[in-house]
Amino acid sequence: MNRTLLEVRGLRKSFGALLASDDVDLEILEGETHAIIGPNGAGKTTLISQLAGNLLPDRGRVRFAGEDITALSAPARARRGFARSFQITSIYPDFTALENVMLAVQAHAGSSFRFWRPAREEASLRSPASAILEEVGLSGRGDVLAANLAHGEQRALEIATALATRPRLLLLDEPVAGMGVEETQRMIALLSSLKGGKTLILVEHDMDAVFSLADRISVLVYGRIIATGRPEEIRANSEVRRAYLGEEVAA
Amino acid sequence: MNSRRRAIVLAAGLVLLAAVPPVAALANQPFYLDLVRRVMIFAIAALSLNLILGYGGMISFGHAAYLGVGAYAVGVLAHYGINNGYLQWALAIGASALVALAIGAVSIRTSGVYFIMITLAFTQMLYYLGISIEEYGGDDGMRLQVKSQFPGLIDLNDANSFYYLVLAILVLALFLGQRLVDSRFGMVIRAAKSNEVRTRSIGFSPYPYRLAAFVIAGAVCGLAGALLVNHTAYLTPEFMNWTRSGELMFMVILGGMASIAGPVLGAFALLLVEDALSGWTQHWQLILGPLLVLSVLFLRRGLAGLLFGKNE
Amino acid sequence: MNFVLVLEQTLNGLQLGVMLFLMAAGLTLVFGIMNLVNLAHGSLYMVGAYLATYFYQATGSYPLGVLLGLAGTLVVGIAVEVLALRTLYEREHLDQVLATFGLILFFNELMAILWGRAAIYTTLPDYLSGHVELFAGLRYPLYRLVIIAVGLAVAGLLWFVVARTRLGMLIRAGASNRAMVAALGVNVRLLYTLVFGFGAALAGLAGLMSGPIHVVQPGMGELILIEVFVVIVIGGIGSIRGALAGALIVGMADTLGRAFVRPMLATVLSTTAADTAGPALSSMLIYLLMAIVLALKPQGLFPARS
Ligand SMILES: Nc1ncnc2c1ncn2[C@@H]1O[C@H](COP(=O)(O)OP(=O)(O)OP(=O)(O)O)[C@@H](O)[C@H]1O
Ligand SMILES: [Mg+2]
Repeated sequence: MNRTLLEVRGLRKSFGALLASDDVDLEILEGETHAIIGPNGAGKTTLISQLAGNLLPDRGRVRFAGEDITALSAPARARRGFARSFQITSIYPDFTALENVMLAVQAHAGSSFRFWRPAREEASLRSPASAILEEVGLSGRGDVLAANLAHGEQRALEIATALATRPRLLLLDEPVAGMGVEETQRMIALLSSLKGGKTLILVEHDMDAVFSLADRISVLVYGRIIATGRPEEIRANSEVRRAYLGEEVAA
Repeated sequence: MNSRRRAIVLAAGLVLLAAVPPVAALANQPFYLDLVRRVMIFAIAALSLNLILGYGGMISFGHAAYLGVGAYAVGVLAHYGINNGYLQWALAIGASALVALAIGAVSIRTSGVYFIMITLAFTQMLYYLGISIEEYGGDDGMRLQVKSQFPGLIDLNDANSFYYLVLAILVLALFLGQRLVDSRFGMVIRAAKSNEVRTRSIGFSPYPYRLAAFVIAGAVCGLAGALLVNHTAYLTPEFMNWTRSGELMFMVILGGMASIAGPVLGAFALLLVEDALSGWTQHWQLILGPLLVLSVLFLRRGLAGLLFGKNE
Repeated sequence: MNFVLVLEQTLNGLQLGVMLFLMAAGLTLVFGIMNLVNLAHGSLYMVGAYLATYFYQATGSYPLGVLLGLAGTLVVGIAVEVLALRTLYEREHLDQVLATFGLILFFNELMAILWGRAAIYTTLPDYLSGHVELFAGLRYPLYRLVIIAVGLAVAGLLWFVVARTRLGMLIRAGASNRAMVAALGVNVRLLYTLVFGFGAALAGLAGLMSGPIHVVQPGMGELILIEVFVVIVIGGIGSIRGALAGALIVGMADTLGRAFVRPMLATVLSTTAADTAGPALSSMLIYLLMAIVLALKPQGLFPARS
């Protein structure tokens, strides 16, 4: 049995009267791919944001590799090995694809209080960044402004940015959202190549992606986790079927 | 191709600027020497503002503060009989860096409109401080009896030497500014402007980088202040007037924020238009105001965009 | 320093606070609803002062001067909104700042052309000048009392409009959710113009009331504008309540500081040292206050949206 990498206890977040996270408990094991599914507005993004440190919970604790990180900021978590992709693509549109990735490499390669040497001439930033671009299928696109990339390429670029920080834990919020069939296939292939090597938390509506990638699945409904288990358990869980999967799986 | 066009424009500009003193002497129009020197000093100030405004996305409406602090550093030392230029200018740079550190530490914690208002308010505070100190002339200011002295190096009383010194500092500032924005540090500053959430998510906390940039910009502007007070030979709180901050912003925007040299163009455009208009009518601001409004509405990419072509 | 003096200065502080509030309310509403940073708000203050002075002198009637001055500022405000500012709502704050900066230059120069660059001193009609004996030992200028009363009345009226009327409901809704107000079928353009005109009239009111106390001259709007920024930063942007609180705090701090910092310093320092440090410190007081508030509450005392 693997060690627990991330442990969430009693996480709660409300927006006014709306309870977006309702006493969430979650355990993520080292090396697993853990999918979080749930209907629109269930609170998946809110949960990811609290894990990544973009949003402060009202209460509850988050432990990462044994350390209590509840109060840490997003950058502090990133330095400990968190990386995140956003539901709505978050990249630097006015930088080239390569610069996007180089910045992420730079964030984890020594001090950035360096004022003299042009960053783009640093081979130690450039070559890992190029390698990662190639890994996500963007080789040859490095000099293109990120704003001018196709939607699927932008999503891949965001994953590349996350990978470039050499994370221990990758939080992916709907990585195939808005992609065509072919792009989706490519993204799923990319994610399965990461599987096992890294710990992944994957929020996704695309059930093909979820069931082909996930080792375990948690189901979030109205801010509550109503079930966690292996894919076949989740498929069989009657409460899950009723609350969410229902027809989709039956069909 | 683009960078070549840029290099040609820059070289041409440099040659033009270097030619001003002999041409002005030939034409017997020393006034132009004075005018261009003043423009170049403001170009240095605008360039420093562009580091935080254009590259860092920090809309500082108080950059004239450092112009003032730099000028006061020189003027006050001179007031007590210390005319050593090295000391004066070092103090100008150091004091404005310190003031920028204090103002930046508070204001960079905020963002958006707050940042605009706060930087403006703190500069106004320094302005009132200047006015309230009777010892240094209050709101009348005081004459700089003796210009900064650099024995054995340069004599600022010689108009040409002073002119070329300002030009050299401008060129140096352009060069160092370009190094800075291309460096690791510059990349972080630009990244934080482009997408703060992404920047935080890859592990940078923008605050220290922004603060450092704010301090660097303040220090450079402080040097411009030291030049300015030597140029006018007069020290006044008006250096810190809020309209001065607005003008510096306009130089940056007019010239174009996306390049290091843009603000230099902006400084020339704004100050030469001001000069021309004010020579024509005493009510020049009635024309300049709407002109500025129109430039905001329609000249979105700045003059540098026109001259240098599209960026990247 | 005696009790009467403290009370007198407190009333002065209240009077300044009320003025600042009239300015801050309009500015903060315009920002909250239209997301517009309007530096030219100070110009409207100046326009109000000039127009009222002009109409008072032309008609010989003070009430008529005030009324025409207010109406005039309203018209100027609406014209500025329709001609220039409307296109700026969707623009970045930087563009808004720069464009309204241009407007300031224009208005200052326009006033200088129309009425000269020199300061104009306005007089009050007899029934508003003179003093009122509040109690033995304290004779306070009647006009300042009137300003305080008008200011508080406007604050009350503003509260009523915003909290109790349909227009107020739209204003509050507009401040938190612009798209929703549009979806309700409200003519958002008209609403914006109304709000802007309303803010302009408030600024004009502050300006014309300040005329007889200070002087009327080009550039008068910007000095108070920057103090109003301090008010808004302290109070929390977009919030009327914050504007009121901030205005009173700044008004008091500024007035009491100018009156008492030097004498208080003189009790601990030498007189010459106090004479130097006193004015310096009191002129910086409200800005230092702002820095402290920011350090503790970066969103101001009453943030509009938490
Ligand atoms: N900043 C916020 N302020 C107020 N309400 C919010 C905020 N963020 C999210 N919500 C609300 O919280 C609930 C959960 O939102 P969240 O984005 O986490 O859902 P989600 O599961 O990611 O949905 P989707 O599948 O559509 O991405 C929604 O009802 C949303 O409207
Ligand atoms: Mg979501």
